[in-house]
Amino acid sequence: MKVARGELWAGRFLLLALMAFTILPFISIFMTALHPSGTVPGGLEWPENPQWINFVTAFNMAEMPKLLASSIFIVLSVVPATLVISTMAGFAIGLLRIPGASVLLFLFVFGLTLPFQGIIIPIYFLERAIGIYNTRVAIALPLIALYMPFAVFWMRAHFVNMPSELSEAARVDGATTWDLFWRIHVPLAQAPVASLGILTSIWTWNQFLLSLVLVEDPTQRTMAGGLGAFQGHYANNVPLLCAGTILILVPTLIVFILFQRQIIVALLQGSLKG
Amino acid sequence: MVILMMTSDKRPAAFMTSRRTYLSKRVRRETFVGWLFTLPALFMYAFFVLVPFLLTIVYSFFRWNGVGPMTWVGVKNYVYVFQVPNLIGTIFNAFWLVVWFSFIPVGLGLIVASVIHRVATGRFGAVARTVLFLPQVIALVAAGIIWGWLLALPGLINQALRTVGLGALTRAWLGDFNWALSAVGMVGVWVLLGFCIVLLQTGMTKIDPALYESARLDGASWFQEFLAITIPLLRHEIGVCLTVTVIAALAAFDIIWVTTAGGPGNSTSVPGIQIYILAFTQRAIGPASALAVMLMILVVIVILPIQWLTRESAQ
Repeated sequence: MKVARGELWAGRFLLLALMAFTILPFISIFMTALHPSGTVPGGLEWPENPQWINFVTAFNMAEMPKLLASSIFIVLSVVPATLVISTMAGFAIGLLRIPGASVLLFLFVFGLTLPFQGIIIPIYFLERAIGIYNTRVAIALPLIALYMPFAVFWMRAHFVNMPSELSEAARVDGATTWDLFWRIHVPLAQAPVASLGILTSIWTWNQFLLSLVLVEDPTQRTMAGGLGAFQGHYANNVPLLCAGTILILVPTLIVFILFQRQIIVALLQGSLKG
Repeated sequence: MVILMMTSDKRPAAFMTSRRTYLSKRVRRETFVGWLFTLPALFMYAFFVLVPFLLTIVYSFFRWNGVGPMTWVGVKNYVYVFQVPNLIGTIFNAFWLVVWFSFIPVGLGLIVASVIHRVATGRFGAVARTVLFLPQVIALVAAGIIWGWLLALPGLINQALRTVGLGALTRAWLGDFNWALSAVGMVGVWVLLGFCIVLLQTGMTKIDPALYESARLDGASWFQEFLAITIPLLRHEIGVCLTVTVIAALAAFDIIWVTTAGGPGNSTSVPGIQIYILAFTQRAIGPASALAVMLMILVVIVILPIQWLTRESAQ
């Protein structure tokens, strides 16, 4: 399609303005982070003496190594478990079409509409009762469960579209259900599983409410939860708060820049299907 | 039943004699194994989602401080939520947030996407997508902290206003009773606008350009094209954007917790914030649960029509 010159420039200008709107907040906190600790600088103002030391101070104050280790631990316990059990359930519902599959699917899809806040109170008391409150497991277990509606729905959407000839052929060769699952369909499901892995990793890393309610010790939380606690303590020291925020954003930003295509595609598809 | 059909004509003749008993046994085994496959997911989901969901409903009919005995109070907690302005007000605040989180990103997103989808090609388009998507991957807590600073008295927003000669408008946006909720809404625009633009623009690339060509031959204006072609064909994508953003608004918590924690007064308080405060600082489990039940019903009431209206085009 031919695009008129004027329209082309108008479009580009609009796009650039929007990119500025998106980026300027990051530049603002970066510049602020370089001002002397405890001062209140302007919003967009390069400091006379950039205080790079602020990042070191914030790194120590936020106990970054512990926080990073905690976040990675939580992601590594949540994501693989989510992928395995949702793939199995999606396989049974979408491909084996077990009796009652549609009821099961409805049950899971129902969960898509539940906001976390709606069920957080009983989760808190449940965890106190079974003795996992205030541990990393307290965040990990409910997160796996809370991802189930989306994850099962997502994997089912993949399996339901697999051609049945594939399974028939394997059956003729005498494959058991487990063979069918593990040898044939899991290798073919790599793409949707990878997308699901990316999505659940980001969501876990950024999870705040569960951290806030279920874990008191900030160093046992996810990154977002730790940041929340950091803000509570250093709300009045703007440069340090900005430095801490940047430190906590860095891992996310690195991952995003490395996997930008996959992440954007996964997030778009995730919302289109969900 | 699928298994029955798939085995019927491909099985070698030797098996034919005992086919019926073999099959029914096999089908039963299949069903059993199939259900085993769903068990781990079902167990986790039941234990940490379905049971808490039911318990929330149960709690909402009791008076309970979290440790002592529970007292049945019927619907009193619901009556209480409706009567206390600070609690029922959260529902109105949530709807005002829908305007910011949902209507503005989706409405503006549609216009912007239709303007840029023809220029955002190649490398420039790829970079733009990445940049616009950035707010979507960072933690909402971080977005809240960043904007908490931007909207502060010495922050970027006021600095910009002074630069363009609107210094009279400057204020501590998040501390102002009239403006705080809209200021929080701004954060929602920042987080969700890029997502909507990229999603809608991706949808537009699937529209056949020939439709626009013929519309233009008939002398259609940009706006007519927009109404007659773009909107109807993007119905599914628009529905998705609305669903995602409306849920983000009604179930908002992170952004508000770190920027205003519901204040000043209760001017930015939404159901999520009050549920947290009632349950975990005031130990009023009953009213907190009643508000939680109302929030869950509210989400369903708002989401169902959106899903229903936009579903047909997907099929």
